[in-house]
Amino acid sequence: MRQVVRVVSWLYALAVYGFIFVPVVVLVLFSLQATSFPIPPFTGPSLRWYEAVLSDVRLTSALVNSLLVASISSATAVTLGFLSAWGFARFVLPGSGLLRGLITLPLTVSYLIIGMGLLVLFNWAGLPKSLLAAGIGHVVINLPLCFAIIYSQMGDHQINIERAARDLGAPEWKVLLLITVPVMAPAIFAGFFLSMTFSWDEFVISFLLTRFDTTLPVEIWNLLRSGLNPKTNAVGSLVFAVSIVLVVLFELTLLRRRKT
Amino acid sequence: MSSTGNSGRALPGTGRALPWALVTPALGWTLLFFVLPFVAMGFSSLTAHEGGGFTLSNYSQFFTNPSYWQAMVNSLEVTAIVTLLSVLLAYPFALILAEQVPERWQRLALMLAVLPFWTSYVVRSYSWLLVLAQNGVINRALTGSGLITEPLQLANTRLATVTGFVHFFVMLLTLTIFANLKQLSPSYRKAAADLGAGPVRTFLHVILPLTLPGIMVGAFLTFVLCIGDYITPQILGGNNELLMPQLVMMQIGRRGDFPLASALSIILMAVVTIAYLACARWLKIERA
Repeated sequence: MRQVVRVVSWLYALAVYGFIFVPVVVLVLFSLQATSFPIPPFTGPSLRWYEAVLSDVRLTSALVNSLLVASISSATAVTLGFLSAWGFARFVLPGSGLLRGLITLPLTVSYLIIGMGLLVLFNWAGLPKSLLAAGIGHVVINLPLCFAIIYSQMGDHQINIERAARDLGAPEWKVLLLITVPVMAPAIFAGFFLSMTFSWDEFVISFLLTRFDTTLPVEIWNLLRSGLNPKTNAVGSLVFAVSIVLVVLFELTLLRRRKT
Repeated sequence: MSSTGNSGRALPGTGRALPWALVTPALGWTLLFFVLPFVAMGFSSLTAHEGGGFTLSNYSQFFTNPSYWQAMVNSLEVTAIVTLLSVLLAYPFALILAEQVPERWQRLALMLAVLPFWTSYVVRSYSWLLVLAQNGVINRALTGSGLITEPLQLANTRLATVTGFVHFFVMLLTLTIFANLKQLSPSYRKAAADLGAGPVRTFLHVILPLTLPGIMVGAFLTFVLCIGDYITPQILGGNNELLMPQLVMMQIGRRGDFPLASALSIILMAVVTIAYLACARWLKIERA
């Protein structure tokens, strides 16, 4: 009986792993296709589609745009999130619960609706579609996340260290820069990293709020109009590789932190 | 400098400039770029597309035009199927990872199980298109082996949309359910065994009820993310059968009809809010 359960479990787990990996394997395999269609039979391996991606100015500039929007909007979100988390954790403010609820509210609304709202607002205010507009939207979705992560990590332990510094005569700005920021560094880093990945992969807000200069997911979307194309496979595989490297780096830094 | 605040250690903030200087930027951003857009959308939804006068027709259209109504029905159906299938697939998987896989390999097994999470969302849907297309992997395999002569219509169907969604949410739910299972103290299991329960009874009467709140949270997350998603139904489902997000985007893209798009967005959000209120009872258990 035990053995049967074990065998069935392994078969089931293998089947689910198979289901999870099928699209990724197909994506990467046919990015190496030598002919013009990413469908069987496999004719590669060939790197021609990777060359095509890297020499496509629209894709490479979209990649740069994506990195710019992701890093600047994440830095903004994490800064605003950190300052407000500090303010709410350290000081008793009237209506604190309500105000904290307001900051985390965007977490419950889908990106499509946040993007729609900004589109209507910017349209009404006469602001043109741009990367800046998309970046503003990315801060809206990531600020509540950064706030929640950092706020939840601000415990009494940190407050005591800050009080010690204050008692020893440090002004507020020194407490902030020399005590709070270093102590909170893991939460700040986690907030920034999560924001980066969300912004990097965000599609619908960028799609609604940008026009000519756009981000990588939107440019990949535009590629899809040409149907199945190994070039889309190649750019998709590259994005995947970059994400995996980021995740592994993130895991390693976390592990190192835990060990020391 | 002591106060009667929440933690007993927080400083009094009233009458001081610093605390407000800290929280105002975040509050301002939220008000300006989240609340204000909502107000703008609300106003827009009440104006006529032609002429711009006040009207309720954007809302009444939803109830009178059968194709709009149908999009909501489709969305709710697809979301319900996806949520149910994802939970049913992910739960046994998470259970196997948590109980059958040796402790030292669990982290790796879990990382592998969510690896495709890190492909771009758009690319993930496209990858399923490669698998399901008319001349894609599945059809080539089936015709090649002589099982069928004509390729099956797999892409641009509801089945394709559901497959793409389930793929994403199985990974998400495996993560949340696995975390939930690992949090359970082993003493529950021991106690059940001491009282004479076999593995099946232990699972049904101890493990499953204890992980139910976690499942509800995961299912709710699936519901919210699924019903608001535009990418998967657009790439995999095509335009044969519209879901709500596709209907919203269509109003903006083809017709530039912001008022109708705003009204439909607000209706979609209202449905999610109702679902939240309906689930709130279970969602709260987790916090306690």
